[in-house]
Amino acid sequence: MIDPISVFLLLLAAATPILFAALGELVVERAGVLNLGVEGMMITGALAGFAAAHATGNPFIGFAVAALAGASVAMLFAILTQFLLANQVASGLALTLFGLGLAALFGKPLEGIKAPPMPIGPLRINWIVWLGLLMVPLIWWFLNRSRAGLILRGVGENHDAADALGYNVRRVRIAAIAFGGAMAGIGGAFISISIVLQWTEGMTAGAGWIALAIVVFSNWTALGVLAGAWLFGGVTVLQLRLQAAGVSVPVQLLSMAPYLATIIVLVLISARQKFSHRAGGAAPGSLGQNFHVLR
Amino acid sequence: MTQPEVVRAEAFRAEVFRADGIGKSYPGVRANDDVSFAVLQGEIHALLGENGAGKSTLVKMIYGLVRPDQGQMALNGQPHHPTDPREARASGVAMVFQHFSLFDALTVAENIALGMEHPPPRRELAARITTVSHEFGLPLNPSRRIATLSAGERQRVEIIRCLLQNPRLLIMDEPTSVLTPQEAELLFATLRKLADQGTAILYISHKLEEIRAHCDRATILRGGKVVDSCNPRAHSARELAAMMVGGEMRLIDRTGRQAGDVLLQVNDLSLPVPTGEGTALKNVSLSLRAGEILGIGGVAGNGQEELLAALSGEMRSAAAAVTLDGKPLGAASPEQRRKAGLLTAPEDRLGHAAVPDFSLTENTLLTAGTRKELVRNGLIDHKAAKSYAEQVIKDFDVRTPGPGTAARALSGGNLQKFVIGREVLQTPRVLVVNQPTWGVDAGAAAAVRQALLDLARAGAGVIVISQDLDELLELSDRFCALNEGRLSAPRPTEGLTLDEIGLMLGGAHGMEVASI
Repeated sequence: MIDPISVFLLLLAAATPILFAALGELVVERAGVLNLGVEGMMITGALAGFAAAHATGNPFIGFAVAALAGASVAMLFAILTQFLLANQVASGLALTLFGLGLAALFGKPLEGIKAPPMPIGPLRINWIVWLGLLMVPLIWWFLNRSRAGLILRGVGENHDAADALGYNVRRVRIAAIAFGGAMAGIGGAFISISIVLQWTEGMTAGAGWIALAIVVFSNWTALGVLAGAWLFGGVTVLQLRLQAAGVSVPVQLLSMAPYLATIIVLVLISARQKFSHRAGGAAPGSLGQNFHVLR
Repeated sequence: MTQPEVVRAEAFRAEVFRADGIGKSYPGVRANDDVSFAVLQGEIHALLGENGAGKSTLVKMIYGLVRPDQGQMALNGQPHHPTDPREARASGVAMVFQHFSLFDALTVAENIALGMEHPPPRRELAARITTVSHEFGLPLNPSRRIATLSAGERQRVEIIRCLLQNPRLLIMDEPTSVLTPQEAELLFATLRKLADQGTAILYISHKLEEIRAHCDRATILRGGKVVDSCNPRAHSARELAAMMVGGEMRLIDRTGRQAGDVLLQVNDLSLPVPTGEGTALKNVSLSLRAGEILGIGGVAGNGQEELLAALSGEMRSAAAAVTLDGKPLGAASPEQRRKAGLLTAPEDRLGHAAVPDFSLTENTLLTAGTRKELVRNGLIDHKAAKSYAEQVIKDFDVRTPGPGTAARALSGGNLQKFVIGREVLQTPRVLVVNQPTWGVDAGAAAAVRQALLDLARAGAGVIVISQDLDELLELSDRFCALNEGRLSAPRPTEGLTLDEIGLMLGGAHGMEVASI
């Protein structure tokens, strides 16, 4: 009844939006910034990408525009938190509400339109899925092997020390926030262009929040993010299959399953960390704290 | 003015660094004013001064973190005006910071790479760290994470980070404040070796004995200006302190105290690790008499905060584990303990001892509300609170515009005087203080210590928890050490040597003396 290969391909697709968003947020958080606006940046990317793909007929242009749009709204967050030193949690929540509202407003005329067809990549797998998989080792290498990644981790771990050594904390963080926005934008556009194939209000349906949870779940590592995204994608595909097979479990419970699975794993991991040596696991030392320049 | 009795022949030494008429102003403060001095090749040059004398601002300018408003600096005869630390490093200045500028989650090698302009590839860097660190007798494993290192080892990382860049001028900002005596000796052996190889070292410290023992010359700053320069070996610590504060230091008066009855007793107190992080207390017992000062030494993180919390009531224990005048208090709340006369002043001034955004008046209410009757029938008596705050400010010479000032606006030393004063003026039966003079300049520290002695003379028992051994030796009648949550048996302070104390602290983490 269930063909494992097709299930795996579906899993890859279902995991891709979250994979992009969570990888972006991973880089942001490793730089010491907590941006809770992932959902808002995703929905902005979903709309902007869909609109651009529809206008040009080229889905790849759609993804490029989605990345730009995600990065642009992320810049609002950057201005608020890095220049005006606003609270990061409040600014992130505001960004989510802002993105959802903005997309709903400008998305009205696009409702009911079908997305342009996407060329199929190697092994019948979507090009953007490939790009997402490629980003995992790239980001791992960037964080753990490159000089720029080391500086970024230093800024996230102890911004005062990084500043004392002469690194520009604000510049590093703004770049990371922009990258996180672009990744969230691409993730959102994947939902509208490649999964649902049309624009619907509120279509990201909490994917941004799941991405945030997965970054914690991953213990701030790229491979962990991949595992988390696949877990969520896998349960999503599974529950859809079970629904299609007519299993006598209420649909609401099945739809809830991916979110529930993420929460359960998160709780288990947090519980384990609580009893390990370092409280808060591998969370970057300066996560969520604003840096005051004292010169 | 240069003293005639300079030890080494300066005439033959090249000038590595020179400052001419350096000035720097912040809004409302003249941090440096017309500062001129020179550091010679191969010397350890001390920069002395009270808190706020302008030492930190001065070295930050040399390291490119702050830019001077006026004046010239020269390094090796070339104009030196770095716009950021990377430029300063490139021209041969390295700096070890007062608070470690390390990244806990990163490895030793990664930390060192972050402090270098052009680090070699990973493997090569790891090899160089191993070689150089062994060469200087400061062995380091490049792949260890900083979080797993002791304070002394962390400092090695900072020093090796500097050494790998072959600095001409090495700046050290209060490097020994967190080290055990053995670790400090090791540091000075390394510095001397570096100086003999031709590096100029600019050394900042409050610890006058240390400067007298190890520095070749001293430049003394007061109020942002150079007031004197001398050979510290030719002067006593008192004379140096007098130069720093610009007047005679009052000698600490230890006389007139008599040990009375036992006031406070701690009986076999064991407490688990508090939530998340910390040290478990294991079978801690002590007794404190009226008129007595008990000193508790130890390297930070060995249970000092937990012991204070167990005495203050922030952590509860079995009722009989803590008794005052024979009454069990182990299960009592902080407020009940205050009522009984057991008062405490924690280490962390801003955030634990005082609420940063509260005014001084409001901060007095937090601990003195009951004993000084500043709260009646659940209502605050603002007039009484204000006059009590004013009394603390006056009696303890707290320099602040008034009791309405927010706690965070006070300098560390002034806030410390306020926190100690707030407890002392409540006439406690027993006062427990943790790090009473940490980061406090010589003048204010002397005032705080005298206040503790006066309190004991009036018949109270005092427990001083501190990492400053000189302070403990100066104040306490008996000394015990806290090591991994265990308290050693107390020993009379008289006749105790620093070496014996070092062994009691057990803080020698696989130390080696630099092989020269």
